[in-house]
Amino acid sequence: MGLTLSQKILAAHAGKESVEPGELINCSVDLALANDITGPVAIQEFAKIGVEEVFDPDRVVLVPDHFVPNKDIKSAEQAKMLRDFGRNYCLTNRFDVGTMGIEHCLLPEQGLVGPGDVVIGADSHTCTYGALGAFSTGVGSTDLAAAMATGEVWFKVPAASKFTYYGNRQPWVSGKDLILHTIGTIGVDGALYQSMEFTGEAISSLSMDSRFTMANMAIEAGAKNGIFPVDEITLQYIKGRLKRDYRIFSADPDAEYIAEYEFNLDKIEPQVAFPHLPSNTKGISEAAGLTIDQVVIGSCTNGRLEDLRVAAQILRGRQVHPEIRLIVFPGTQQIYLDALREGIIETLISAGAAVSTPTCGPCLGGHMGILAKGERSLSTTNRNFVGRMGHPGSEVYLCNPAIAAASAVLGRIASPAELGLKEVD
Amino acid sequence: MTITGRVWKFGDNIDTDAIIPARYLNTADPANLAAHCMEDADPSFPSKVQPGDIIVAGKNFGCGSSREHAPLAIKAAGVACVIAPSFARIFYRNAINIGLPILEAPEAAAAIAEGETITVDLASGRIVSPNAPEPFQAKPFPPFMQELMAAGGLIAYTRKKVSQNA
Repeated sequence: MGLTLSQKILAAHAGKESVEPGELINCSVDLALANDITGPVAIQEFAKIGVEEVFDPDRVVLVPDHFVPNKDIKSAEQAKMLRDFGRNYCLTNRFDVGTMGIEHCLLPEQGLVGPGDVVIGADSHTCTYGALGAFSTGVGSTDLAAAMATGEVWFKVPAASKFTYYGNRQPWVSGKDLILHTIGTIGVDGALYQSMEFTGEAISSLSMDSRFTMANMAIEAGAKNGIFPVDEITLQYIKGRLKRDYRIFSADPDAEYIAEYEFNLDKIEPQVAFPHLPSNTKGISEAAGLTIDQVVIGSCTNGRLEDLRVAAQILRGRQVHPEIRLIVFPGTQQIYLDALREGIIETLISAGAAVSTPTCGPCLGGHMGILAKGERSLSTTNRNFVGRMGHPGSEVYLCNPAIAAASAVLGRIASPAELGLKEVD
Repeated sequence: MTITGRVWKFGDNIDTDAIIPARYLNTADPANLAAHCMEDADPSFPSKVQPGDIIVAGKNFGCGSSREHAPLAIKAAGVACVIAPSFARIFYRNAINIGLPILEAPEAAAAIAEGETITVDLASGRIVSPNAPEPFQAKPFPPFMQELMAAGGLIAYTRKKVSQNA
């Protein structure tokens, strides 16, 4: 029986010819990641193992991004633990305020992840790097601590489901809409314990930024990882970034999938996920009109240059509605700088947006955009659980950056088509 | 080990934001986490939960974030065991790693009601409810995970492995 893409990568990292779904294996990891919430617990647990060094100082990365710039004294102490550890254990890749970014935007950008890698991170959205053809998955702090010491992690080999996309992408539809529609179809546990393999003719024309967005939200379907085949677009992205060797794997033609889904893009319009699950999706035509208080554009899901570019296209020469607070979070300092040089930041600020330094802040209700009771936010982030962005009595609606920008102008959930805009490629 | 405790019921897809909201994640202190455990699913839970109580929930328990603070909060609140038809995979790993007993038992999760006092044998996975004629049987843990748990969790297991290799 053939192997899926994820099984191929896992077998290679376990030193095996082949693996089977459900098999428990020990794998070497190419990169181990934690942030300022999960890192402190991992550091405490690491200290109990009794090793003097991390397994490889080039391959352990601690990114303070959730509650930085430090939002309060306790958060400052957590971020300081990361900084002290990085210094004391001579970690090669150290990022901090001024050089950092949201981890899942930052690591690919800095060339720290490549095709064929096995990456674990103490952050559930570590699955983002599947966009590069890596096997990449979230773990907890204790798993991460053990990997920091040994460079290894145990996995149950996942079965896979195959998601094939074909047809013509409709106006204002991006990777966000494809993944929201997919989660809406299969549910928040529709790929539980599984690998999601994304493929099809519509995927091969999809930008790298859109692929990151799709892989990022595999966890919202309960998946262990989401993964894309490596193609010219992937290779173009890693060119000049990735500083080490990589291996390109592909699924066997006779690979076995436990489920196969096909999506016709001719029939998918921009999506909005209603409270309180990412699977609670509706097309924009059914969602339009709902009034909102805040719009957030950014996060590890949609804080990349393509996302800011489409927002600026819509906001250029327009004003944010007086009843709306629009907050924009570029994913990294580099994305911020690129957006500045392209004139995107000027467009956003002229329109009345607040533009923030990179942070996970509002996405998880940490800081920089918390909602009051009864308030409603439209957001390009990844979760809309109860209390996700603030008061348990607030609401979060998920969408792509184009819908977010148009809605910020109109003061209600709306498509850019309502502004008479046409999408430019 | 056998646990007897009062049941608190929760629905499907209880996410980690409901178990411990991110607004409390500026610390990993167990007592602080316990004070807000399950707060966004049931605001009164932290004040009414008693040591030894048992959570029985719906499918996909612990979905969302990788925060280990979620099982830590439940454990620190004194909850002796969580029973659900299925667990989100990161929560599942985290619970095993920190020593919070969890059992996958679809029939038990469906049948057991809030307020019942049930008895759980963690070693065999047998769950006895006063309202069910027969005991329920949870899915057994794979041998490797039993080995991990017997070693005292992943850190103790890793410590032993590292010292053997030294």
